[in-house]
Amino acid sequence: MKNFLIATTIFLITSKAKAQIDPELLRNPQTKTDSVRMNMDAVYSRPFMQLGKLPVALGGYIEANYQYLNENGVSEGHQFQMRRLTFFVSSTISKRIKFLTEIEFEDGTKEINIEFASVDLEIVPLLNLRGGVVMNPIGAFNQNHDGPKWEFVDRPIAATQMLPATWSNVGFGIYGKKYNKNWVYGYELYLTNGFDDKIISNSENRTFLPATKMNRDRFEESFNGIPLFTGKVAIKNRKIGELGISYMGGVYNKFRDEGITLDKKRKLNVFAVDFNSTLPRLNTVITGEWAWVNVDMPDNYTEQFGRKQQGGFVDFVQPVVKRPMFGFEQAVLNAALRVEYVDWNKGTFKSTGGNIADDLFSLVPAISWRPTPQTVFRINYRYNWQHDLLGNPPSHLAAFQVGFSTYF
Amino acid sequence: MYVLFEQGNMEKIPIRIACVLLVLITGIAACDKLMPGVPADDSILDGPVEGLSPEQSAQFIRGDFAFNDEIFTPETGLGPLFVATSCGTCHAGDGKGHPFTTLTRFGQKDSTGNQFLGHGGPQLQQRAIINYQPESLPEGATFSRFTPPANTGLGFLNAVSDADLLALADPDDADGDGISGRPNWIHVPAYIQPKPGSITRANKYIGRFGKKAAAHDLLHQTVLAYNQDIGICSSYEPYDTYHHQEIDPEISNQTVLDVVAYLAMLKAPIQRDPQHPEVQAGKKIFIDLGCGKCHTPELKTGTSPIAALSQKTFAPYSDLLMHDMGPDLDDGYTEGSAATAEWRTPPLWGLGLSKKAQGGQYFLLHDGRAQSIETAITAHGGEAAASRSAFIALDATSKARLLKFLESL
Repeated sequence: MKNFLIATTIFLITSKAKAQIDPELLRNPQTKTDSVRMNMDAVYSRPFMQLGKLPVALGGYIEANYQYLNENGVSEGHQFQMRRLTFFVSSTISKRIKFLTEIEFEDGTKEINIEFASVDLEIVPLLNLRGGVVMNPIGAFNQNHDGPKWEFVDRPIAATQMLPATWSNVGFGIYGKKYNKNWVYGYELYLTNGFDDKIISNSENRTFLPATKMNRDRFEESFNGIPLFTGKVAIKNRKIGELGISYMGGVYNKFRDEGITLDKKRKLNVFAVDFNSTLPRLNTVITGEWAWVNVDMPDNYTEQFGRKQQGGFVDFVQPVVKRPMFGFEQAVLNAALRVEYVDWNKGTFKSTGGNIADDLFSLVPAISWRPTPQTVFRINYRYNWQHDLLGNPPSHLAAFQVGFSTYF
Repeated sequence: MYVLFEQGNMEKIPIRIACVLLVLITGIAACDKLMPGVPADDSILDGPVEGLSPEQSAQFIRGDFAFNDEIFTPETGLGPLFVATSCGTCHAGDGKGHPFTTLTRFGQKDSTGNQFLGHGGPQLQQRAIINYQPESLPEGATFSRFTPPANTGLGFLNAVSDADLLALADPDDADGDGISGRPNWIHVPAYIQPKPGSITRANKYIGRFGKKAAAHDLLHQTVLAYNQDIGICSSYEPYDTYHHQEIDPEISNQTVLDVVAYLAMLKAPIQRDPQHPEVQAGKKIFIDLGCGKCHTPELKTGTSPIAALSQKTFAPYSDLLMHDMGPDLDDGYTEGSAATAEWRTPPLWGLGLSKKAQGGQYFLLHDGRAQSIETAITAHGGEAAASRSAFIALDATSKARLLKFLESL
């Protein structure tokens, strides 16, 4: 009886609440239509819902999936995963001052991160100031990582297991764009807190830039007092596509502590190239990114940790069917393929002169269905070939994944 | 936009698409061919011995994780001086190691003991965590480099009785065949509880693990490896290799024992194509050349607390005894009571799979100097000189058969 009363009460309340919804209350804020969006605009290139006339817009996305993995004939069975739940809040403080934050819950509540929380001030279109928690513009994926934008359940391995996407830090910088007919030129320059020595001393047993993300103090203090510089220039043609070149570099070790010199300053350099284009007629979307990492290490440090790394990915997305489906006017069915490669240790053994392997090659054919541009259902099949440090016969991993991701 | 299907008179396309997707999903999920197969048992070295109880299997899994997946960092006790960051680093796939992880031991020339214990001996830790300086070889110290051995079948070797090993020994070459194997008699640390039936001589026990057979059993070997190779102190071996001070344990006894159990319960390597005529012919040549006098084809376990290892006949191709291998393999370094030219007969089982753990090529003999089986054989001297000469004198066909047999192991 008690349950019946509770259920009835809830029903009545929700029915009433539904009746009170004002169709004008939540609406999509107008976005600029005259500008050409680049990767650097990704944080604001998201659907938001605005609450009445309040200058605050809300948004977010969710990603969940099923997967069945098999590594060398051994499987842990069927897994259901709630990978991400992300909320955006943006606010137009004044005409040229705006704020946006992105808060992400990963794997349930295993990780909760503020991935972006910055105030932007536009002086002129070519000069904007940004400060707060920023996403370092290395490559394209780091800034353009929202699940609903991609046809693949997994994020690119090179972007997350070699580069540390999503890589955010506290800092300040400038950015801007210049338009010239079909061309757009953009740049971003930031100084932020940076890496620490976990990148060469971690339980991954390899040089692993994402290990720095374990250091929660980086939002409070710099590990060594030397800012990390990240800069990117990009060019986009409305008909051809976008090309970006980026660099991130700084000192990663604690070379001095309490005024006592411990070591020389050891630098980390990352270079990246990213591009995206849509082939005319075929409408095939090609998106790719490649990065090179270079780490200055003590000469006698173990070769387990690579001095050089490289890796990247290329995605091919081919629309196959575009027509109303199940009542969705803009539905699209895509066939896609991701090709990715990472070499975590590019070099040779001092002892033998032989190649140090520690690399991975992966193919991910996929089918995705987008009932609307903001929602994607995807079926992925992954096959990885991964070599250990010594280059022994590769470990084989295959995965079958079905999932969805949608903005809300 | 170019698409394969346009809107038109295809009203049923969504349903068809849904059906196609459903069939596709079902098909992919059901298709084993899209998933990697389980490697054949005889193609890999790792995996448990058959016949374990559920409790033993659970301990095997725990030990497997600790051995292969637990990577040490400075926060979890790595170093400050070390050689490798995990057990699995040196024993990829439980196979032989690579020159990258070769150990350097130094400072002992004879049975009087190591004269360089105060200078970082007996093992060189050539790597160090950030802001520490690794060791270098002290001047005047003789040394030897040890390539990490395969781990497989260690439980079988551990379970052979001392009496059986002594029965194989012929320290004075009483039978006059030129082969004079003998045990390496060693002092064991206090935490070792010798198994029932252990034989002692002047308070020393038989060593059976390591290139010089300087470790008595798998616990002894494991504790030393954690301490000397990774810089991990345990309650068994609490002295840090850098400060030489007793420190708090950096690993639990339970984890050490899980790893010991894992090593003990690893299966023995499985020979490929043992009935192949060429392999059979090669085995006969192996015996005819006298190789089997040290590389004993068969041993038998005694009673083991692990039932799956008790009273089993197995084929390690080793007698676990020390043999003089001649001046070419004499590095001037030794351990226990062994002479510098003496080496414990390495088991040959798993030899043919070594390349799969050593990055695609062989690194054989104690220091990995031989990059082919043939080179390893011709480097034999001392007690094996006659067998080596006989091998060199073989015709090409016989050599090929012998090598095929060895690669089948």
